[in-house]
Amino acid sequence: MTLLLEQLLNGLQFGVMLFLMAAGLTLVFGIMGLINLAHGSLYMIGAYAAAWATLQTGSFLLGLLAGLSAAAVLGMALEAAILRRLYARDHLDQVLATFGVILFCNEAVAMIFGRQPLMAGPPPWLSGAVEIVPGVPYPVYRLAIIATGLLVAAGLYVLISRTRIGMLVRAGATHRELVGALGVRIGLLYTAVFGLGALLAGLAGALTGPLLAVQVGMGERILITTFVVIVIGGLGSIRGALAGAMLVGMVDTLTRGFLPATLRAVLPASEADALGAGLSSMAVFILMAIVLLWRPRGLFPAHA
Amino acid sequence: MSTITRRAALAAAATLAAPSILRAQAAPLKIGLVTTLSGPGGYLGADIRDAMQLAVEQGALPGVQLLVEDDGLKPAQAKQIVDRWLKTEKLKLFTGVVFSNVMEAIAPDVLEEGAIYVSPNAGPSSLAGKGCHRNYYVVSWQNDTLHESAGENANRLGHKKVFVLAPNYPAGRDAITGFKRFFKGEIAGEIYTRLDQTDYAAEMAQIRAANPDAVFQFHPGGLGIAFIRQYQQAGLGGKIPMVVSSPSLDSTTLNAVGDAALGIEVSAQWNSDFDNPVSKKFVADFQAKYNRMPTYYASQGFDTALAIAAALKGTGGKADDTEAFRREMLKANFQATRGKFKFGPNQHPVQDWYAIRPERGADGKLFLKTQGRVLADRGDAYSDQCKI
Repeated sequence: MTLLLEQLLNGLQFGVMLFLMAAGLTLVFGIMGLINLAHGSLYMIGAYAAAWATLQTGSFLLGLLAGLSAAAVLGMALEAAILRRLYARDHLDQVLATFGVILFCNEAVAMIFGRQPLMAGPPPWLSGAVEIVPGVPYPVYRLAIIATGLLVAAGLYVLISRTRIGMLVRAGATHRELVGALGVRIGLLYTAVFGLGALLAGLAGALTGPLLAVQVGMGERILITTFVVIVIGGLGSIRGALAGAMLVGMVDTLTRGFLPATLRAVLPASEADALGAGLSSMAVFILMAIVLLWRPRGLFPAHA
Repeated sequence: MSTITRRAALAAAATLAAPSILRAQAAPLKIGLVTTLSGPGGYLGADIRDAMQLAVEQGALPGVQLLVEDDGLKPAQAKQIVDRWLKTEKLKLFTGVVFSNVMEAIAPDVLEEGAIYVSPNAGPSSLAGKGCHRNYYVVSWQNDTLHESAGENANRLGHKKVFVLAPNYPAGRDAITGFKRFFKGEIAGEIYTRLDQTDYAAEMAQIRAANPDAVFQFHPGGLGIAFIRQYQQAGLGGKIPMVVSSPSLDSTTLNAVGDAALGIEVSAQWNSDFDNPVSKKFVADFQAKYNRMPTYYASQGFDTALAIAAALKGTGGKADDTEAFRREMLKANFQATRGKFKFGPNQHPVQDWYAIRPERGADGKLFLKTQGRVLADRGDAYSDQCKI
């Protein structure tokens, strides 16, 4: 029972992380119609900037600030310099160009920081573990990530559904041309939305740093799962991103945690392990296929 | 004649003269080094490459030129590079691969073309037994033996119930097989993680639930860093001891995880504190040139370069005649950084294994200290299946 509780928290924490990534990716797709493979690079940039600044200053919060600003500033620069030219072109061109950006970012980061992973641990006030229920210690840092992610989700909800910017974003997602025709400076809106997405990716990267290894290529891995999330959630929808992220986070963690042991009950150990490991790494993709069969446009499509 | 035309004329003359100069010198022997330079395993390949380049610069490999490419830990990418080099550059000698899944993809291509492969790291079981080959050599170790040493170390430390984890790829499966082959106690649980996984929260929960005496895990490079840190953060660090083999805790990982590494028991065929002249000089030279402590990978890269150098010395710098190369290579006529070294019947090493532990030095920094020998003259479990 305590094991299940711990695994549920792990799933929640992974889901929250995926949500931070997926929110930006899905906004950019929903509003600008841009498939941005370089989103993972912004995550990496956030992680590197945060780890580097933490190591230089010794302060986790300064590191976090550096990660956020580096990702947001570089994200907006990227939008203004390259991506803006891609909005009107078809998706294949966008995929090619943003894939090029990934290669560029990976090499640039390798040249600046080297190929050895960068390591900045969590701050003393967030390290160690607390007992959530007696006998189950859980890392404080992961709890902090869950709290931050849920706060950001709430903040985004308020921003999108209660403010003028949010109204424009929603309008932009469904009636792009009309928003422009009504005299909204669509270019500025695009840059702002892209900056917000980059900021969230940077936050995800900066928070991940102390947990995992900060290394070149870290962005691509999470990017694939993030795409699964937004496809499940429905392209362009923040609500979908949240639902998709939680679903993927839970399914991935719980299948990894319980599937091999369950299979061992019915199969010989070595076969159960091999099958369990295989099935649990496929689980999120199977989930995606099922959701798409049931709802081809995802759970909460934006352009309903 | 104006300066510009004079320069052009000189350049033309130089170009025309060049072929005769080149003909006078022997063409350099090119060695294809495909290794993993990016991603979580990036520093592993970088250490192998840097150590080999050090050997070349020190003149150990006269007339040799290294061609270096990154495989990105993608078997398909490595295959493309190797095929290109085989066809366009007609290379005869390859080395560099870190990961066994990459090795399994490229070794058949290299060997079918009649070229030679010398591995500085990966030693998958599939190429050590029935699948062995006259032109395939491993200087590092057969994968299983790394973890056999950890299994023996766990016996030595008196652990009775061990939880084992490794990524689900050839070397990961070899790791668990190897550990179990020598470990005499009970396996409390067994998990195959993903090679592209960096978050082990779900696994930590399972380890805690199983409550073993010790944990054996194989996670090379950046994976190991993430694993050890998360182990500490999950509050398992001080409670359940960890027994690993060298890939899961090298000097780079040690730097990265810091105090979380204290208490981890390691085993390896080499360590940076080895007291033999070759190793001492290698560690000093490597540090002077690259300003970092060499890892096991670096020492293996260096030993590989020395092994190739010894063979080439015997053949007069040629790798065309693979049988002549083989005769010289199997003599292993060189002083390895790890000390004793010879090839077994399947052209994998027969060597000693040592227990190693991170300790705090007088300067307050952590370093890896050799404790004593775990296994002596250990070959591997597959050599008798190899008929060559």
